[in-house]
Amino acid sequence: MADRFGHVTSADRPSALPRPVYLDSASAEPLHPAARETLLAALERGYADPRRLHGPARDARLLLDNARAVVAECLEVRPDEVTFTASGTEAVHRGLLGLRLGTAPAGDARIGYAAVEHSAVVHAARWTGPEPLEVPVDRLGRVDPEGFAGADVVALQSANHEVGTLQPVDRLPDGVPLFLDACASMGRLPLPARWDVLAGSAHKWGGPAGVGVLVVRKGTRWANPFPGDDRVDERASGFENVPAALAAAAALRAVVAERDDVGARQRALVDRIRAAAADVADVEVVGDPVDRLPHLVTFSCLYVDGEALVTELDRRGYGVASGSACTASTLTPSRVLEAMGVLTHGNVRVSLTRDTTEADVDGFLDVLPGVVRDIRAEVGL
Amino acid sequence: MSTPADLELDCRGMLCPLPVIELGKRIGEVAVGGLVAVVASDVAARTDVPAWCRMRGQEYAGEETAPDGTPRYLVRRLS
Repeated sequence: MADRFGHVTSADRPSALPRPVYLDSASAEPLHPAARETLLAALERGYADPRRLHGPARDARLLLDNARAVVAECLEVRPDEVTFTASGTEAVHRGLLGLRLGTAPAGDARIGYAAVEHSAVVHAARWTGPEPLEVPVDRLGRVDPEGFAGADVVALQSANHEVGTLQPVDRLPDGVPLFLDACASMGRLPLPARWDVLAGSAHKWGGPAGVGVLVVRKGTRWANPFPGDDRVDERASGFENVPAALAAAAALRAVVAERDDVGARQRALVDRIRAAAADVADVEVVGDPVDRLPHLVTFSCLYVDGEALVTELDRRGYGVASGSACTASTLTPSRVLEAMGVLTHGNVRVSLTRDTTEADVDGFLDVLPGVVRDIRAEVGL
Repeated sequence: MSTPADLELDCRGMLCPLPVIELGKRIGEVAVGGLVAVVASDVAARTDVPAWCRMRGQEYAGEETAPDGTPRYLVRRLS
Protein backbone atom coordinates (compact mmCIF):
# COMPACT_ATOMS: atom_id res chain seq x y z
CA MET A 1 0.00 0.00 0.00
CA ALA A 2 1.27 3.49 -0.79
CA ASP A 3 1.28 6.16 1.91
CA ARG A 4 -0.18 9.66 1.41
CA PHE A 5 3.00 10.80 -0.35
CA GLY A 6 2.69 7.99 -2.83
CA HIS A 7 5.65 6.11 -1.33
CA VAL A 8 5.51 2.37 -1.03
CA THR A 9 5.20 1.50 2.64
CA SER A 10 7.53 -0.89 4.32
CA ALA A 11 4.81 -3.52 4.64
CA ASP A 12 4.72 -3.79 0.86
CA ARG A 13 8.44 -3.63 0.32
CA PRO A 14 9.30 -7.34 0.44
CA SER A 15 7.31 -8.02 -2.71
CA ALA A 16 7.49 -4.60 -4.38
CA LEU A 17 11.15 -3.82 -3.76
CA PRO A 18 12.92 -6.99 -2.67
CA ARG A 19 16.26 -6.63 -0.94
CA PRO A 20 19.19 -7.12 -3.29
CA VAL A 21 20.31 -10.75 -3.38
CA TYR A 22 24.07 -11.22 -3.56
CA LEU A 23 24.94 -14.35 -5.53
CA ASP A 24 28.67 -13.86 -6.02
CA SER A 25 30.28 -15.54 -3.02
CA ALA A 26 32.89 -17.13 -5.28
CA SER A 27 34.28 -13.61 -5.81
CA ALA A 28 33.95 -12.74 -2.12
CA GLU A 29 31.90 -14.31 0.66
CA PRO A 30 30.43 -11.71 3.02
CA LEU A 31 32.30 -11.50 6.31
CA HIS A 32 31.28 -14.38 8.56
CA PRO A 33 29.71 -13.22 11.86
CA ALA A 34 32.44 -15.10 13.74
CA ALA A 35 35.09 -13.12 11.82
CA ARG A 36 33.39 -9.79 12.50
CA GLU A 37 33.40 -10.35 16.27
CA THR A 38 36.98 -11.54 16.32
CA LEU A 39 38.17 -8.74 14.06
CA LEU A 40 36.67 -6.04 16.25
CA ALA A 41 38.20 -7.55 19.40
CA ALA A 42 41.58 -8.11 17.74
CA LEU A 43 41.77 -4.56 16.38
CA GLU A 44 42.00 -3.42 20.00
CA ARG A 45 44.69 -5.93 20.97
CA GLY A 46 46.63 -6.89 17.87
CA TYR A 47 48.22 -3.61 16.72
CA ALA A 48 51.78 -4.03 18.01
CA ASP A 49 54.78 -5.52 16.23
CA PRO A 50 54.72 -9.22 17.12
CA ARG A 51 58.56 -9.37 17.05
CA ARG A 52 59.07 -6.94 19.94
CA LEU A 53 59.50 -7.97 23.54
CA HIS A 54 57.05 -5.68 25.37
CA GLY A 55 53.57 -6.54 26.56
CA PRO A 56 51.51 -5.27 23.58
CA ALA A 57 53.93 -7.10 21.23
CA ARG A 58 53.52 -10.32 23.20
CA ASP A 59 49.77 -9.83 22.87
CA ALA A 60 50.02 -9.43 19.08
CA ARG A 61 52.37 -12.42 18.87
CA LEU A 62 49.93 -14.50 20.88
CA LEU A 63 47.07 -13.59 18.56
CA LEU A 64 49.15 -14.37 15.47
CA ASP A 65 50.27 -17.74 16.87
CA ASN A 66 46.67 -18.44 17.81
CA ALA A 67 45.52 -17.66 14.26
CA ARG A 68 48.19 -19.99 12.89
CA ALA A 69 47.19 -22.78 15.26
CA VAL A 70 43.50 -22.47 14.38
CA VAL A 71 44.15 -22.52 10.63
CA ALA A 72 46.48 -25.51 11.08
CA GLU A 73 43.81 -27.38 13.02
CA CYS A 74 41.13 -26.62 10.40
CA LEU A 75 43.37 -27.81 7.57
CA GLU A 76 44.81 -30.72 9.56
CA VAL A 77 48.38 -29.51 9.07
CA ARG A 78 51.17 -28.46 11.48
CA PRO A 79 51.16 -24.85 12.75
CA ASP A 80 54.76 -24.31 11.56
CA GLU A 81 53.64 -25.21 8.02
CA VAL A 82 51.21 -22.24 7.91
CA THR A 83 52.15 -18.76 6.64
CA PHE A 84 49.85 -15.75 6.37
CA THR A 85 50.31 -13.64 3.25
CA ALA A 86 48.76 -10.36 2.10
CA SER A 87 46.38 -12.08 -0.33
CA GLY A 88 45.48 -15.39 -1.91
CA THR A 89 47.31 -14.25 -5.04
CA GLU A 90 50.48 -13.66 -3.00
CA ALA A 91 50.13 -17.11 -1.45
CA VAL A 92 49.84 -18.59 -4.96
CA HIS A 93 52.86 -16.69 -6.23
CA ARG A 94 55.07 -17.53 -3.22
CA GLY A 95 53.84 -21.10 -3.08
CA LEU A 96 54.28 -21.99 -6.73
CA LEU A 97 57.44 -20.01 -7.46
CA GLY A 98 59.07 -21.16 -4.21
CA LEU A 99 58.30 -24.78 -5.03
CA ARG A 100 59.71 -24.29 -8.52
CA LEU A 101 62.87 -22.71 -7.07
CA GLY A 102 63.36 -25.71 -4.78
CA THR A 103 62.88 -28.24 -7.58
CA ALA A 104 65.58 -29.63 -9.87
CA PRO A 105 66.85 -28.70 -12.35
CA ALA A 106 67.59 -25.66 -10.18
CA GLY A 107 66.19 -22.49 -11.72
CA ASP A 108 65.10 -24.38 -14.79
CA ALA A 109 62.25 -26.55 -13.54
CA ARG A 110 59.27 -26.59 -15.89
CA ILE A 111 55.80 -25.93 -14.48
CA GLY A 112 52.79 -27.82 -15.81
CA TYR A 113 49.37 -26.36 -15.05
CA ALA A 114 45.78 -27.15 -16.03
CA ALA A 115 44.32 -24.88 -18.70
CA VAL A 116 41.56 -23.84 -16.29
CA GLU A 117 43.82 -22.57 -13.48
CA HIS A 118 43.17 -19.17 -11.93
CA SER A 119 45.04 -16.32 -13.64
CA ALA A 120 47.24 -15.94 -10.52
CA VAL A 121 48.69 -19.39 -11.23
CA VAL A 122 49.10 -18.72 -14.96
CA HIS A 123 50.82 -15.38 -14.39
CA ALA A 124 53.20 -16.94 -11.85
CA ALA A 125 53.95 -19.91 -14.14
CA ARG A 126 54.76 -17.58 -17.03
CA TRP A 127 56.70 -15.04 -14.99
CA THR A 128 60.08 -16.76 -15.13
CA GLY A 129 61.72 -19.98 -16.23
CA PRO A 130 61.06 -22.23 -19.21
CA GLU A 131 57.81 -22.10 -21.16
CA PRO A 132 55.23 -23.90 -18.98
CA LEU A 133 53.17 -26.86 -20.07
CA GLU A 134 49.45 -26.06 -20.30
CA VAL A 135 47.44 -29.26 -19.88
CA PRO A 136 44.02 -29.35 -21.62
CA VAL A 137 40.75 -30.21 -19.87
CA ASP A 138 37.61 -32.05 -20.97
CA ARG A 139 34.17 -30.52 -21.59
CA LEU A 140 33.47 -30.56 -17.82
CA GLY A 141 36.68 -28.68 -17.09
CA ARG A 142 38.51 -31.67 -15.61
CA VAL A 143 42.18 -32.26 -16.35
CA ASP A 144 43.65 -35.66 -17.23
CA PRO A 145 46.20 -36.44 -14.48
CA GLU A 146 48.39 -38.20 -17.07
CA GLY A 147 48.65 -34.97 -19.06
CA PHE A 148 51.36 -33.52 -16.79
CA ALA A 149 54.07 -35.88 -18.09
CA GLY A 150 57.15 -33.75 -18.80
CA ALA A 151 56.48 -31.21 -16.06
CA ASP A 152 58.99 -30.90 -13.18
CA VAL A 153 56.43 -29.12 -10.97
CA VAL A 154 52.64 -29.42 -11.20
CA ALA A 155 50.21 -26.61 -10.36
CA LEU A 156 46.64 -27.81 -10.00
CA GLN A 157 43.53 -26.39 -8.39
CA SER A 158 41.43 -28.38 -5.92
CA ALA A 159 38.30 -27.11 -7.65
CA ASN A 160 37.60 -24.72 -10.46
CA HIS A 161 36.64 -21.22 -9.37
CA GLU A 162 34.38 -20.55 -12.37
CA VAL A 163 32.53 -23.80 -12.99
CA GLY A 164 33.02 -25.70 -9.71
CA THR A 165 34.45 -28.94 -11.15
CA LEU A 166 36.71 -30.80 -8.69
CA GLN A 167 40.10 -31.83 -10.05
CA PRO A 168 41.52 -35.36 -9.68
CA VAL A 169 44.37 -34.16 -7.44
CA ASP A 170 44.84 -37.47 -5.65
CA ARG A 171 45.21 -39.31 -8.97
CA LEU A 172 48.28 -37.32 -10.04
CA PRO A 173 51.36 -39.48 -10.54
CA ASP A 174 53.60 -39.72 -7.46
CA GLY A 175 56.96 -38.05 -7.25
CA VAL A 176 56.39 -34.74 -9.01
CA PRO A 177 56.18 -31.77 -6.57
CA LEU A 178 52.61 -30.44 -6.43
CA PHE A 179 51.40 -26.92 -5.80
CA LEU A 180 47.70 -27.03 -4.92
CA ASP A 181 45.57 -23.92 -5.50
CA ALA A 182 42.92 -24.57 -2.87
CA CYS A 183 41.46 -21.04 -2.95
CA ALA A 184 38.06 -22.02 -4.37
CA SER A 185 37.41 -24.87 -1.94
CA MET A 186 39.26 -24.04 1.29
CA GLY A 187 36.96 -24.37 4.29
CA ARG A 188 34.08 -25.65 2.16
CA LEU A 189 35.61 -29.06 1.41
CA PRO A 190 38.38 -31.12 3.03
CA LEU A 191 41.75 -30.85 1.29
CA PRO A 192 42.91 -33.61 -1.04
CA ALA A 193 45.64 -35.85 0.44
CA ARG A 194 48.22 -35.23 -2.26
CA TRP A 195 50.01 -31.81 -2.13
CA ASP A 196 53.35 -30.34 -1.15
CA VAL A 197 52.51 -26.64 -1.07
CA LEU A 198 49.06 -25.07 -1.09
CA ALA A 199 47.38 -21.67 -1.12
CA GLY A 200 44.07 -20.33 0.16
CA SER A 201 42.32 -16.96 0.31
CA ALA A 202 40.34 -15.80 3.34
CA HIS A 203 37.75 -13.61 1.60
CA LYS A 204 36.55 -16.68 -0.30
CA TRP A 205 35.47 -18.41 2.92
CA GLY A 206 34.09 -15.39 4.78
CA GLY A 207 37.27 -13.99 6.30
CA PRO A 208 38.44 -10.46 5.57
CA ALA A 209 40.16 -9.57 2.28
CA GLY A 210 43.92 -9.14 2.45
CA VAL A 211 44.67 -12.50 4.07
CA GLY A 212 46.12 -15.40 2.13
CA VAL A 213 47.22 -18.73 3.54
CA LEU A 214 50.34 -20.49 2.32
CA VAL A 215 51.05 -23.99 3.59
CA VAL A 216 54.40 -25.65 2.90
CA ARG A 217 54.45 -29.28 3.94
CA LYS A 218 57.32 -30.22 6.27
CA GLY A 219 60.25 -31.58 4.29
CA THR A 220 59.22 -29.94 1.00
CA ARG A 221 62.04 -28.35 -0.98
CA TRP A 222 60.69 -24.81 -1.09
CA ALA A 223 62.85 -21.68 -1.32
CA ASN A 224 61.72 -18.07 -0.96
CA PRO A 225 61.43 -16.74 -4.54
CA PHE A 226 61.28 -13.09 -3.40
CA PRO A 227 63.48 -10.86 -1.23
CA GLY A 228 63.53 -12.06 2.36
CA ASP A 229 62.35 -10.16 5.41
CA ASP A 230 63.13 -10.53 9.08
CA ARG A 231 59.63 -11.19 10.31
CA VAL A 232 58.12 -13.81 12.59
CA ASP A 233 57.74 -16.18 9.66
CA GLU A 234 60.67 -16.50 7.22
CA ARG A 235 58.35 -17.50 4.34
CA ALA A 236 56.48 -14.17 4.56
CA SER A 237 57.43 -10.53 4.21
CA GLY A 238 55.97 -7.31 5.56
CA PHE A 239 54.29 -6.36 8.81
CA GLU A 240 51.70 -8.98 9.72
CA ASN A 241 48.01 -7.99 9.67
CA VAL A 242 47.37 -9.72 12.99
CA PRO A 243 43.68 -8.78 13.49
CA ALA A 244 42.77 -9.85 9.94
CA ALA A 245 44.69 -13.13 10.25
CA LEU A 246 42.88 -13.94 13.49
CA ALA A 247 39.51 -13.02 11.97
CA ALA A 248 40.28 -15.20 8.94
CA ALA A 249 41.10 -18.09 11.28
CA ALA A 250 37.86 -17.59 13.23
CA ALA A 251 35.85 -17.58 10.01
CA LEU A 252 37.62 -20.71 8.79
CA ARG A 253 36.89 -22.54 12.03
CA ALA A 254 33.21 -21.56 11.83
CA VAL A 255 32.95 -22.51 8.15
CA VAL A 256 34.57 -25.90 8.70
CA ALA A 257 32.25 -26.57 11.65
CA GLU A 258 29.13 -25.79 9.63
CA ARG A 259 30.22 -27.04 6.21
CA ASP A 260 28.28 -30.31 6.23
CA ASP A 261 24.98 -28.49 6.87
CA VAL A 262 25.67 -25.44 4.72
CA GLY A 263 27.16 -27.52 1.93
CA ALA A 264 24.20 -29.89 1.81
CA ARG A 265 21.75 -26.99 1.67
CA GLN A 266 23.76 -25.21 -1.02
CA ARG A 267 24.14 -28.40 -3.03
CA ALA A 268 20.36 -28.85 -3.15
CA LEU A 269 19.81 -25.20 -4.14
CA VAL A 270 22.45 -25.43 -6.86
CA ASP A 271 20.79 -28.61 -8.17
CA ARG A 272 17.59 -26.60 -8.52
CA ILE A 273 19.33 -23.78 -10.35
CA ARG A 274 21.04 -26.26 -12.66
CA ALA A 275 17.73 -27.92 -13.52
CA ALA A 276 15.80 -24.66 -13.99
CA ALA A 277 18.52 -22.99 -16.07
CA ALA A 278 18.79 -26.05 -18.30
CA ASP A 279 15.03 -25.79 -18.91
CA VAL A 280 15.42 -22.36 -20.52
CA ALA A 281 15.76 -22.81 -24.29
CA ASP A 282 19.34 -22.75 -25.61
CA VAL A 283 20.93 -22.49 -22.19
CA GLU A 284 23.84 -24.78 -21.36
CA VAL A 285 24.76 -25.50 -17.75
CA VAL A 286 28.47 -26.22 -17.57
CA GLY A 287 30.85 -27.96 -15.15
CA ASP A 288 30.52 -31.33 -13.45
CA PRO A 289 26.97 -31.84 -12.15
CA VAL A 290 28.10 -34.04 -9.23
CA ASP A 291 31.83 -33.77 -8.45
CA ARG A 292 31.77 -30.04 -7.85
CA LEU A 293 31.90 -27.25 -5.30
CA PRO A 294 28.67 -27.13 -3.29
CA HIS A 295 27.91 -23.43 -3.73
CA LEU A 296 28.53 -22.57 -7.35
CA VAL A 297 26.92 -23.05 -10.77
CA THR A 298 27.70 -21.61 -14.20
CA PHE A 299 25.60 -21.51 -17.35
CA SER A 300 25.70 -19.83 -20.75
CA CYS A 301 22.76 -18.43 -22.70
CA LEU A 302 22.96 -18.55 -26.48
CA TYR A 303 22.57 -15.20 -28.33
CA VAL A 304 22.72 -13.23 -25.08
CA ASP A 305 25.21 -10.48 -24.31
CA GLY A 306 26.86 -11.24 -20.97
CA GLU A 307 27.06 -7.62 -19.88
CA ALA A 308 23.37 -7.03 -20.65
CA LEU A 309 22.48 -10.18 -18.73
CA VAL A 310 24.45 -9.21 -15.62
CA THR A 311 23.11 -5.63 -15.78
CA GLU A 312 19.47 -6.73 -16.17
CA LEU A 313 19.78 -9.25 -13.33
CA ASP A 314 21.34 -6.56 -11.15
CA ARG A 315 18.47 -4.19 -11.99
CA ARG A 316 16.11 -6.86 -10.67
CA GLY A 317 18.17 -7.22 -7.51
CA TYR A 318 20.42 -10.20 -8.28
CA GLY A 319 24.20 -9.79 -8.19
CA VAL A 320 25.99 -12.43 -10.28
CA ALA A 321 29.37 -12.76 -12.03
CA SER A 322 30.07 -13.54 -15.68
CA GLY A 323 32.95 -15.04 -17.66
CA SER A 324 31.90 -13.38 -20.91
CA ALA A 325 34.42 -11.19 -22.72
CA CYS A 326 32.30 -8.06 -22.57
CA THR A 327 32.28 -8.21 -18.77
CA ALA A 328 36.05 -8.71 -18.38
CA SER A 329 38.65 -5.98 -17.90
CA THR A 330 40.74 -7.73 -20.56
CA LEU A 331 37.79 -7.91 -23.02
CA THR A 332 38.75 -11.53 -23.69
CA PRO A 333 36.47 -14.43 -22.85
CA SER A 334 37.10 -16.58 -19.79
CA ARG A 335 40.06 -18.91 -20.36
CA VAL A 336 38.18 -21.51 -18.35
CA LEU A 337 35.15 -21.56 -20.66
CA GLU A 338 37.45 -21.45 -23.71
CA ALA A 339 39.49 -24.41 -22.48
CA MET A 340 36.30 -26.39 -21.87
CA GLY A 341 34.98 -25.53 -25.34
CA VAL A 342 31.69 -24.20 -24.01
CA LEU A 343 29.83 -21.07 -25.03
CA THR A 344 31.65 -18.01 -23.67
CA HIS A 345 28.95 -15.42 -24.30
CA GLY A 346 25.81 -14.99 -22.22
CA ASN A 347 27.64 -16.52 -19.29
CA VAL A 348 26.53 -16.27 -15.68
CA ARG A 349 28.16 -17.65 -12.55
CA VAL A 350 25.84 -17.93 -9.56
CA SER A 351 27.53 -18.60 -6.22
CA LEU A 352 25.57 -18.88 -2.99
CA THR A 353 26.51 -17.35 0.33
CA ARG A 354 26.17 -19.33 3.57
CA ASP A 355 22.77 -17.72 4.20
CA THR A 356 21.29 -17.74 0.68
CA THR A 357 17.70 -18.89 1.12
CA GLU A 358 15.33 -20.96 -0.94
CA ALA A 359 13.29 -17.79 -1.50
CA ASP A 360 16.38 -16.02 -2.89
CA VAL A 361 16.92 -18.83 -5.37
CA ASP A 362 13.22 -19.02 -6.28
CA GLY A 363 13.18 -15.28 -6.93
CA PHE A 364 16.23 -15.54 -9.15
CA LEU A 365 14.76 -18.44 -11.09
CA ASP A 366 11.51 -16.51 -11.51
CA VAL A 367 13.19 -13.59 -13.27
CA LEU A 368 15.86 -15.48 -15.25
CA PRO A 369 13.78 -16.82 -18.18
CA GLY A 370 12.15 -13.43 -18.80
CA VAL A 371 15.46 -11.57 -18.70
CA VAL A 372 16.98 -14.01 -21.22
CA ARG A 373 13.89 -13.82 -23.44
CA ASP A 374 13.86 -10.00 -23.43
CA ILE A 375 17.54 -9.69 -24.35
CA ARG A 376 17.10 -12.20 -27.18
CA ALA A 377 14.00 -10.36 -28.40
CA GLU A 378 16.05 -7.16 -28.71
CA VAL A 379 18.30 -8.83 -31.30
CA GLY A 380 15.37 -10.48 -33.07
CA LEU A 381 15.84 -14.01 -31.78
CA MET B 1 42.83 -20.84 -49.86
CA SER B 2 39.20 -20.58 -48.78
CA THR B 3 36.69 -23.40 -49.11
CA PRO B 4 33.73 -22.21 -51.24
CA ALA B 5 30.69 -21.59 -49.01
CA ASP B 6 27.00 -21.28 -49.86
CA LEU B 7 26.73 -18.28 -47.56
CA GLU B 8 29.51 -15.95 -46.44
CA LEU B 9 28.84 -13.95 -43.26
CA ASP B 10 31.17 -10.99 -42.88
CA CYS B 11 31.31 -10.44 -39.13
CA ARG B 12 34.57 -8.51 -39.08
CA GLY B 13 34.59 -5.97 -36.25
CA MET B 14 31.51 -7.45 -34.57
CA LEU B 15 31.87 -8.24 -30.87
CA CYS B 16 30.48 -11.35 -29.22
CA PRO B 17 27.73 -12.48 -29.31
CA LEU B 18 26.96 -10.73 -32.63
CA PRO B 19 28.75 -13.21 -34.96
CA VAL B 20 26.83 -16.11 -33.43
CA ILE B 21 23.56 -14.14 -33.55
CA GLU B 22 24.20 -13.55 -37.27
CA LEU B 23 24.87 -17.26 -37.75
CA GLY B 24 21.71 -18.23 -35.85
CA LYS B 25 19.57 -15.84 -37.86
CA ARG B 26 20.89 -16.74 -41.29
CA ILE B 27 21.71 -20.47 -41.23
CA GLY B 28 18.24 -21.06 -42.67
CA GLU B 29 19.26 -19.33 -45.90
CA VAL B 30 21.28 -22.37 -46.98
CA ALA B 31 19.81 -25.79 -47.76
CA VAL B 32 20.43 -28.74 -45.45
CA GLY B 33 23.93 -29.95 -46.31
CA GLY B 34 24.99 -26.42 -47.27
CA LEU B 35 28.05 -24.65 -45.91
CA VAL B 36 28.13 -21.30 -44.08
CA ALA B 37 31.36 -19.36 -43.55
CA VAL B 38 31.55 -16.98 -40.59
CA VAL B 39 34.40 -14.52 -40.96
CA ALA B 40 34.91 -13.04 -37.51
CA SER B 41 37.70 -11.04 -35.90
CA ASP B 42 36.29 -11.41 -32.37
CA VAL B 43 38.34 -14.02 -30.48
CA ALA B 44 35.28 -15.43 -28.71
CA ALA B 45 33.99 -16.76 -32.05
CA ARG B 46 36.72 -19.44 -32.01
CA THR B 47 34.99 -21.04 -29.02
CA ASP B 48 31.45 -19.88 -29.59
CA VAL B 49 30.92 -21.02 -33.21
CA PRO B 50 31.81 -24.68 -32.43
CA ALA B 51 29.78 -24.45 -29.18
CA TRP B 52 26.80 -23.11 -31.13
CA CYS B 53 27.08 -26.04 -33.56
CA ARG B 54 27.06 -28.51 -30.68
CA MET B 55 24.09 -26.86 -28.96
CA ARG B 56 22.07 -26.47 -32.18
CA GLY B 57 22.90 -29.87 -33.68
CA GLN B 58 24.85 -28.47 -36.64
CA GLU B 59 28.29 -29.55 -37.86
CA TYR B 60 31.40 -27.49 -37.17
CA ALA B 61 33.57 -27.96 -40.26
CA GLY B 62 36.74 -26.22 -39.10
CA GLU B 63 38.66 -22.96 -39.16
CA GLU B 64 40.44 -21.32 -42.07
CA THR B 65 41.93 -17.91 -42.66
CA ALA B 66 40.37 -15.35 -44.98
CA PRO B 67 42.73 -13.63 -47.49
CA ASP B 68 43.04 -10.62 -45.13
CA GLY B 69 44.10 -12.90 -42.25
CA THR B 70 40.76 -12.87 -40.41
CA PRO B 71 39.67 -16.28 -39.05
CA ARG B 72 36.92 -17.96 -41.12
CA TYR B 73 34.80 -20.59 -39.37
CA LEU B 74 32.89 -23.18 -41.44
CA VAL B 75 29.52 -24.58 -40.43
CA ARG B 76 27.53 -27.25 -42.26
CA ARG B 77 23.76 -27.14 -41.86
CA LEU B 78 22.54 -30.59 -40.78
CA SER B 79 18.90 -29.81 -39.98
